[in-house]
Amino acid sequence: MRAFKTLSKDSQSGQRPLRVAIIEENGIRAAILVDGLREAGILDVEVIETMTNMLRRLSTIDPDVIIIGIENPSRDVLEQMFQVSKLVSRPVAMFVDRSDGSMIQAAVEAGVSAYVVDGLRKERVKAIVDMAVSRFNAFDRLQRELLEARSELASRKIVERAKGILMRTRQLSEEEAYALLRQTAMNEKRKLVDIAQSVVTAASLLEK
Amino acid sequence: MWGITDMSGDPVSRAGSVDDTPSTTKGRRAPERLVRVGFIPLVDMAVLVAAAEQGFAEREGIRLQLMKDVSWSNIRDRLAFRQFDVAHMLSPMPVASQLHLGSNPYPCFTPFALGRGGNAITLSLDLYREMQALAGLDGSEGALANALALKQVVEHRRQAGKKPLVFAMTYPFSSHNYEFRFWLAAAGINPDTDVTMTVVPPPLTVDAMTARAIDGFCVNAPWNIIAVEKGIGRMVATKADIWPSAPEKVLGVSPEWADENPETLSRLVVALDAAARWCDARENHAALADMMSAPAYLGVPSGLILQLFSGQLTVDPDGRVRHVENYLRFSGQSANFPWISQALWIYSQMVRWGQVAYSEAGLAQVKAAYRPDLYRRILASSGASVPLHDSKVEGLDETFIDGRSFSPDDIQDYVDGFSIRAAANAAVDE
Repeated sequence: MRAFKTLSKDSQSGQRPLRVAIIEENGIRAAILVDGLREAGILDVEVIETMTNMLRRLSTIDPDVIIIGIENPSRDVLEQMFQVSKLVSRPVAMFVDRSDGSMIQAAVEAGVSAYVVDGLRKERVKAIVDMAVSRFNAFDRLQRELLEARSELASRKIVERAKGILMRTRQLSEEEAYALLRQTAMNEKRKLVDIAQSVVTAASLLEK
Repeated sequence: MWGITDMSGDPVSRAGSVDDTPSTTKGRRAPERLVRVGFIPLVDMAVLVAAAEQGFAEREGIRLQLMKDVSWSNIRDRLAFRQFDVAHMLSPMPVASQLHLGSNPYPCFTPFALGRGGNAITLSLDLYREMQALAGLDGSEGALANALALKQVVEHRRQAGKKPLVFAMTYPFSSHNYEFRFWLAAAGINPDTDVTMTVVPPPLTVDAMTARAIDGFCVNAPWNIIAVEKGIGRMVATKADIWPSAPEKVLGVSPEWADENPETLSRLVVALDAAARWCDARENHAALADMMSAPAYLGVPSGLILQLFSGQLTVDPDGRVRHVENYLRFSGQSANFPWISQALWIYSQMVRWGQVAYSEAGLAQVKAAYRPDLYRRILASSGASVPLHDSKVEGLDETFIDGRSFSPDDIQDYVDGFSIRAAANAAVDE
């Protein structure tokens, strides 16, 4: 892919803010990625939810980085798009930096692959992919924890953890923290454990 | 880890009627070796399923772990990242990888082809009825006559100022891409300028046609027949019509894994050779169809798979049936031999369509992708019929749809001889 370098645009030499396109049908996963990118200071993010008109949308968005889930069959569509773009000599090329195999492996195992438009500085990409990997791992952990929450023991643990979080972040006593959870549950007509889970989830999303 | 569907079925040893297995290990029991195999659910993976389910792998001391995936890009990348040891691959993929084409071009090779056939071109029923009206087709025409009728429709649409037709295949480096283009161009249709070529993943082809997002597709079984049975598609050509000898899927091998496990690779090829011969025997087709219908593999009714094995294809929703000789071939006619000349034919099509520029260096890379030397060494004493040469003139016994033959020594002449091809110097790679 080195041959593409000569084709890269001046605007991608790092002058403008990084632009990221996410190809993801699942709204929850997309939202997690968007949040993660935002926290990393990347605000220029577009989500492409369907395969329809992907080529047109990608050329309109003109992203520096495309992130796509590994289970998404549209990956082969993307592969074709890059071929077509090469044929018409358009600078929509990509490379996967193979100098750091372990990073790519981690990315793939996390269900993320990064296709990077040429001309982009490597350290920026690495930061993004690292971030994406950690966000997806966090998502994975959250899902596991939600499953665990179905057992009563786990529910009790979650309430304990939520109490701990509230005590720490809002300087409450244990009793006050519990009362706050219970009051919120009553106000919102939801189960105590669900409120506790929201607190834990929110906290883990906010954690760095 | 989310997102990766590992349908790793434990190989089940079934009633052992595998007397013909040419085992190199008769009499001794080697420790079991695990081989991880990536695959895309398609009928042409039959040899892998039979090897895992019918005891051929086990007899060689191998446990095959078949792992389902959704895209050819993933198959390629997961082989590169050592999540697979070997994989079910499109025949052009090892060639593309050696030529450094595509993203993440991890060089791999094939010592064994998994068979021929299975592909077909299906057009939307509306488009086919338009062809019938314009060209007076009665439905009995062959693949070339159908392409010529399509040419008339393409011209007609152009004059009427209509949008170009949209045709789908499954991957830029696929037999489907080259076969669809070959068929179109044989009738004077330029796939790059007269129509729009796009990629649709196999399981989505029928839906995309139903939604009128595409007017036709080239894909392997069972998707063509499913489109016909749903009443939305008309099959107009099969792989056998375009070039019967064309290799379809191959066993892609990670070179690092092969270096570390030479004996396991040999045993695997022996097991696949026995499995391939078992798959070709008509009396085994019912059992094979049953195995493949399992949700871990294809998840479609076994009756449908059996119909495909028989080559009795329903081509039109009106019920017209066409018998295609050797529609799927798993072993016979040297179907498993990785012909250098066939790798070079694939290269010629990559050059023809501007995916890569022709070069001497490219020739050497292509030859590294197909390894008849390994096939010959491993199977020399097995009783398998092993061709004496690595290369031959292609298209003599089994002809191409355009009637030209391919001599692997004259690739540039061959490419120059096509009136329809990508503009010269379109390829910028390397």
